[in-house]
Amino acid sequence: MAEIIIKDVRKQFDDFVAVRESSFTVDDGDFFMLLGPSGCGKTTTLRMIAGLELPTSGQIFLDGEEISQRPPSQRDIAFVFQMFALYPHMNVRKNISYPLVSQGMRRADVRKKVSEVAGILGIEDLLDQPVGGLSGGDRQRVALGRAIVREPKAFMMDEPLGALDAEFREHMSLELRALHDRMGATTVYVTHDQLEAMQMGDKIVVMNNAVVEQFGTPREIYDMPASLFVADFIGSPSMNFLDFDGAVEAGSSVASLGGVEAAIPEMRESASGKLVLGVRPEHLRLSDSGTLRGEVLATEYLGTTQILTIQTPQGELKARVASDQVVQIGEVTGLDIESHTVTLFERDSGRALRSALNEGVLSRG
Amino acid sequence: MSGFSVTEPTPRSKRIAATLVTLYAVITMIPLLWIFITGFKSPADAIAYPPKVMFEPTLEGYVNLFTTRTRQTQEYLDANPPDTWYEEIVRQYDMTVVGPSKFGERFFNSVIIGFGSTFLSVFLGTLAAYAFSRFRIPFADDLLFFILSTRMMPPVAVAIPIFLMYRQLGLSDTHLGMILLYTGVNISLAVWLLKGFIDEIPREYEEAALIDGYTRFQAFYKVVLPQAATGIASTAIFCLIFAWNEYAFAVLLTSATAQTAPPFIPTIIGVGGLDWPAVAAGATLFLLPVMIFTILLRKHLLRGITFGAVRK
Repeated sequence: MAEIIIKDVRKQFDDFVAVRESSFTVDDGDFFMLLGPSGCGKTTTLRMIAGLELPTSGQIFLDGEEISQRPPSQRDIAFVFQMFALYPHMNVRKNISYPLVSQGMRRADVRKKVSEVAGILGIEDLLDQPVGGLSGGDRQRVALGRAIVREPKAFMMDEPLGALDAEFREHMSLELRALHDRMGATTVYVTHDQLEAMQMGDKIVVMNNAVVEQFGTPREIYDMPASLFVADFIGSPSMNFLDFDGAVEAGSSVASLGGVEAAIPEMRESASGKLVLGVRPEHLRLSDSGTLRGEVLATEYLGTTQILTIQTPQGELKARVASDQVVQIGEVTGLDIESHTVTLFERDSGRALRSALNEGVLSRG
Repeated sequence: MSGFSVTEPTPRSKRIAATLVTLYAVITMIPLLWIFITGFKSPADAIAYPPKVMFEPTLEGYVNLFTTRTRQTQEYLDANPPDTWYEEIVRQYDMTVVGPSKFGERFFNSVIIGFGSTFLSVFLGTLAAYAFSRFRIPFADDLLFFILSTRMMPPVAVAIPIFLMYRQLGLSDTHLGMILLYTGVNISLAVWLLKGFIDEIPREYEEAALIDGYTRFQAFYKVVLPQAATGIASTAIFCLIFAWNEYAFAVLLTSATAQTAPPFIPTIIGVGGLDWPAVAAGATLFLLPVMIFTILLRKHLLRGITFGAVRK
């Protein structure tokens, strides 16, 4: 098992930059998520770690060894593909034993190892079946089997649940996480599904437009987003953004939005110009004394909670409130912001401003 | 009464389709059948009018195909009674067998040249198609178009330059020359067909093999090739059919050593009158290798034709 260090890695295809100088560290035994919208460079990053693409520049360390220019066969990394990529002309047993055969392992040992892995994954009965007739979940298990059988230093997974039915995905993600906890293997997992990333990951890297936007635990990324993109991408419905022109001083804990004073975490830097106040829907409270006032445009009932769309002079907001709270469409209501959860951003750069809330997280990254 | 399906043909339309297909098959098969039958007729039966459907089969055509014969005097014939079954057949016309004909040799030339060029076309075609499919080759599209452009005129149009070139290079009337020529004609077809097939094979298979510890060549050999078997088989059939049947270049470039069967078969007619049964026998034998090859690869060919039509 191993630690993976990505240092200033860049990948360029002709004129197209797929990944801009990116750095992050995957600790030994982490279940590490690479999250971002499609085309953001997350899969390219994963493929560079595995050796399926060679970085244009930068370094990749696996267990302290620089491997960025080595062929995949010399990296001791396993890869699970989105479409599973099981060898269609071989049965399940042969698929799983293939990596061992390439190492020249003795046949008796291969057999033993394969049945051991099949036991872990619960696919002993399938070993002699062709892979063509298997269900999506079983294919996924075989693909995992092929990855874990050679006990690699690290696992790369490229949206491994993407090809499964929604219902089954839930089940498989639990199974995957359990498998990881049992083996403690360093795993890098690519997904565009923020829920999956939050649910399964120890750490998350959020990528957008070929750059790493933020790197941290799911909690840090959700509560202390480093940029407008991260704040918007993570969470459903996403964070509310209230644009305002103004200034905040370091040390102040109040912002003025078009005449309304809003409490914010104590600022650690000054900024002025076009700013954005970001607040998550669940951090808005309906309150008659609230300074922010608006009209309820729509309600969405979600069982335990409901999402209200509220039009305020400062902009449209979504609020998540308990579903037993009675709200009429058209009603005018006041809103309270839970001030300690608020993040301010610069509109143009998208950067989050440092405050008492996110200081520890932002200064690190 | 169950409801009818919109997509499934009804039993009645299935029957009609089957009848039409059978009818078509019969019509196209009749000439082949007639050639096959004629091979077993006597020369007299072969040209009888009205044509004979019922006749006494004889191997005369096959004997004439494989032998050279000469007329002998009655004394000689009386002094040397026939000692083999084919000698007996020949004796009906007061002739004796003096040696084998060139047919066996020509047939063998066809086998070497046909299969040799097919192998070479498919071998080179597969490598080229793989490269075009998987690697970032500069000007790949232009190169592919250039390869295809060699098929944009009938190959015979360049017969004279090739004739002169081959004479200069000493390739005229050689097996190697004919193999290279047919490979040259077939390779564009092979590259294009195979590129289509290899494009359809997901890259992930090779990538999985690379990750599993194999080299690029091993991944190609162990994972891509088995997947491309269908395409390779159907490409091979098309290449073989062309090389096997090619007539014009064979007439022009080959004579004594490397002549193939197609230019040879018509010359049989000239040997001792219009010997239709011998020609028919030659044509029948000539058909066999392609037929056997196609039947052996039929399973792949059928899959090959529908390959890529439906994504599974």
